[in-house]
Amino acid sequence: MDSLLDGRAELRLAAAGVGWVKKLRDSAAASFAEHGLPSTRDEDWKYTNVKPIAKRQFRPAGSSDEGVNAAAVAGCAIEGLSCHRAVFVNGYFSPPLSDLSALPPGVVLDSLARTLAERPQDLSAALGRVMPAESHGFTSLNTAYLTDGAYLRVPEGVVVEHPIELLFINTAIDPAPVVQPRNLIVMEPSSSASVLERYVGVGNGSYLTNAVTELSVRANASIEHYKLQEESVQAYHVGGLFINLERDARVTSHNVAVGGAIARTDLRAVLAAEGAHCEMNGLYLGNGRQHLDNHTQIDHARPRCTSDEYYKGVLDDRARAVFHGRIVVQQDAQQTDAQQQNRNLLLSPDAEIDTKPQLEIYADDVKCSHGATVGQLDSDSLFYLRSRAIDERTARLLLTYAFANDVIGRCALKPVRERLEQTLTRKLFHARDLEELV
Amino acid sequence: MNSTVSDLDELVKREYEAGFVTDIESDTLPPGLGEDVVSIISAKKNEPAFMLEWRLQAFRRWQKMQEPGWAQVKHPAIDYQAISYYSAPKQPGDGPQSLDEVDPKLLETYNKLGIPLEEQKALAGVAVDAVFDSVSVKTTFRETLAEAGVIFCSISEALQEHPELVRKYLGSVVPTGDNFYAALNSAVFSDGSFVYIPKGVRCPMELSTYFRINAMNTGQFERTLIIADEGSYVSYLEGCTAPMRDENQLHAAVVELIAMRGAEIKYSTVQNWYPGDEQGRGGIYNFVTKRGACRGDNSKISWTQVETGSAITWKYPSVLLEGDNAIGEFYSVALTRHMQQADTGTKMVHIGNNTRSTIISKGISAGRGQNTYRGLVKILKGADNARNYSQCDSLLLGDRCGAHTFPYLEVSNPTAQVEHEATTSKISEDQLFYCMQRGLSEEDAISLIVNGFCKEVFKKLPMEFAVEAQKLLDVSLEGAVG
Repeated sequence: MDSLLDGRAELRLAAAGVGWVKKLRDSAAASFAEHGLPSTRDEDWKYTNVKPIAKRQFRPAGSSDEGVNAAAVAGCAIEGLSCHRAVFVNGYFSPPLSDLSALPPGVVLDSLARTLAERPQDLSAALGRVMPAESHGFTSLNTAYLTDGAYLRVPEGVVVEHPIELLFINTAIDPAPVVQPRNLIVMEPSSSASVLERYVGVGNGSYLTNAVTELSVRANASIEHYKLQEESVQAYHVGGLFINLERDARVTSHNVAVGGAIARTDLRAVLAAEGAHCEMNGLYLGNGRQHLDNHTQIDHARPRCTSDEYYKGVLDDRARAVFHGRIVVQQDAQQTDAQQQNRNLLLSPDAEIDTKPQLEIYADDVKCSHGATVGQLDSDSLFYLRSRAIDERTARLLLTYAFANDVIGRCALKPVRERLEQTLTRKLFHARDLEELV
Repeated sequence: MNSTVSDLDELVKREYEAGFVTDIESDTLPPGLGEDVVSIISAKKNEPAFMLEWRLQAFRRWQKMQEPGWAQVKHPAIDYQAISYYSAPKQPGDGPQSLDEVDPKLLETYNKLGIPLEEQKALAGVAVDAVFDSVSVKTTFRETLAEAGVIFCSISEALQEHPELVRKYLGSVVPTGDNFYAALNSAVFSDGSFVYIPKGVRCPMELSTYFRINAMNTGQFERTLIIADEGSYVSYLEGCTAPMRDENQLHAAVVELIAMRGAEIKYSTVQNWYPGDEQGRGGIYNFVTKRGACRGDNSKISWTQVETGSAITWKYPSVLLEGDNAIGEFYSVALTRHMQQADTGTKMVHIGNNTRSTIISKGISAGRGQNTYRGLVKILKGADNARNYSQCDSLLLGDRCGAHTFPYLEVSNPTAQVEHEATTSKISEDQLFYCMQRGLSEEDAISLIVNGFCKEVFKKLPMEFAVEAQKLLDVSLEGAVG
């Protein structure tokens, strides 16, 4: 397990000489050396066994473009989406592949490594501050290697019209690399933007992505955040998104997981001041032998915050998914309104879902509810379609499609919705007939 | 509404009504636990040899086990060597032959508690097995039951008279190494109830056990085993109280239910162990393992519990739905106030086809109480057309309490229908306003709403218990809101 820390010394980590950066990395490395990777004995990892990751030999990824060219980037692009794009190859920023020319004045979107080297003081207030003090081994590992990733700062009052895409292209080279991007997004007061965080695998080999994004949303700012995980089928993906919301801040998060052999995402939002609102939508589509794990936590720390969580999953073949959604309402957080829904559909006798919605409430004047369902398609709906002369198979496809599409419909960006609809049909239905139908 | 409250203050301070101590001579082992203690307990009970072996095996396992730390409860470490593992009221001679021979002080205790121990209270129609500290004091209505072929006795007697039955079923649902507390119980359990309902018999009356911890520094470890043979039916009630003491006392029971083909067991509990005082001093640690197995097709096990006592409750009555078309039910009201902590819920494991389970859990937190629902619904791969419905509602009274809901849903069969719903809220201003504009006082309105909140569970309780539970709730809650 220590092997994941091997090679750390040889890497030239950015800003190695800056005191607070070194301290941040070293304490994370010490924490990892002590605790290692989580095991199924940890309550939070009960259903996700990371032994396949621990057993493998990974090497830290190097900063070369690995033959990823403009054509490859174009191949990954979402059709019809005009955006500001920052491209990262194996976690390292690639200026020639990025297109940031049209960014509004004042908006900073740069490589974290370069910012660390040139202006570390810009980062000291936020980097490593949004994520919780105690976190699991993968997060510590990311911090221990903290070097490159995206640094985005939207200044006060600025509304970024076009979406900003952070495109992480990961290649399966030999020996299998560990890709550890570290992102920091700061939304200054009253700013607004849409940010897409996309993880795309090229090639079919194995690698490990271990990403951490910290998102600080200042007073009255708003962000629509998309995490689209489309790693290659043999890849391992562990990702953390840590959000802090200040007064009246608004966050809408869309978290879509379709790739990876084992994929785990930790999403944690702290509603740290009154009036903050957080919406979390999620969709996981698994087939083959995929294992998809989503852990969310919404921490209502102050009064009068609202949150709404809506996660859905469809599992086929031997796929297995885990959903863990925790809502914590602290003692002072009166007049909290927190809702959570998790719905799952199993399409095959070998698929499995383990879901754990949780409410932990220490205040009394609250309205909280959660619901979880696992089930088959509604027999009335099936009957209705069949009474309209639609054969059973097609009726099932339609209803399954509608089930998943419900979450996709919540995305504000139309090109993203269209892309996800395509992914959905491609992934779960080997059927062209459905494309004709919808 | 008949519970008009005249003086709130008085009610807030209302004491635990069952908190008296009975001054009675008892035969108590000195504190401590080792293989010798296990052997002494077994010898005192004059048990067959296989039991001693079974106990020692459990004890050796227990020594290697760790106390579970996952529950949402906090308590100082328990010193298992400071507890006395056996305490029995001292009896001259060989135990009572009839009611006249039972120590009058004991009878008085039970009268104070309102237990219909005497035959003249037959109108109550309840057969009672009363367990005082560690031993069973008296089982009423033995003859009536025997006519129907029902065996209802203490487990020590069962070991003497029906060792083959005990040997066959004891530990078959909760194995000795199941968990830390179950292993401890298996090693040192002193008494409990044994019920066997033969094939096709509908038990003519409701069976009941009354548990009481009296002696100081003792732990109570009772063991209940209920077997309902093919096509039979039994309804079993249990009630618990303990005196008020400043120290914490341990109660680690194991209850095993076995329902064969077409049999039905209804198990109801009103748990009112001493909950400790307002500062959280004293009270019972209630660490209980309860599990039922629906062994045969079309069998049914139903748990109903009203948990108002204990400083800490750690209890997950479960059902293993092994037979096809088996049904499991769990209805629970858990109330925590003062410094009480409850981590309770259920496990429904669907193994057979067309198995169904229902979970209704109502948690009420007041004062500084922490109330947690923790439940598992597991649908195994081979369980086709399984159905589960869970509903967990929490009511918060006061801004220093907590209500938590931790359901676990594990589903590996695509034909399963599993639904879980949970809500947490306080009594809404609108509800209160509506009641009060109809002329109810605030306290009555709250009492009405809380009772309505629990109605779904109370209506599952046998009549006398439902009344008692409702009263208990009124007493516990009044003054908690304001």
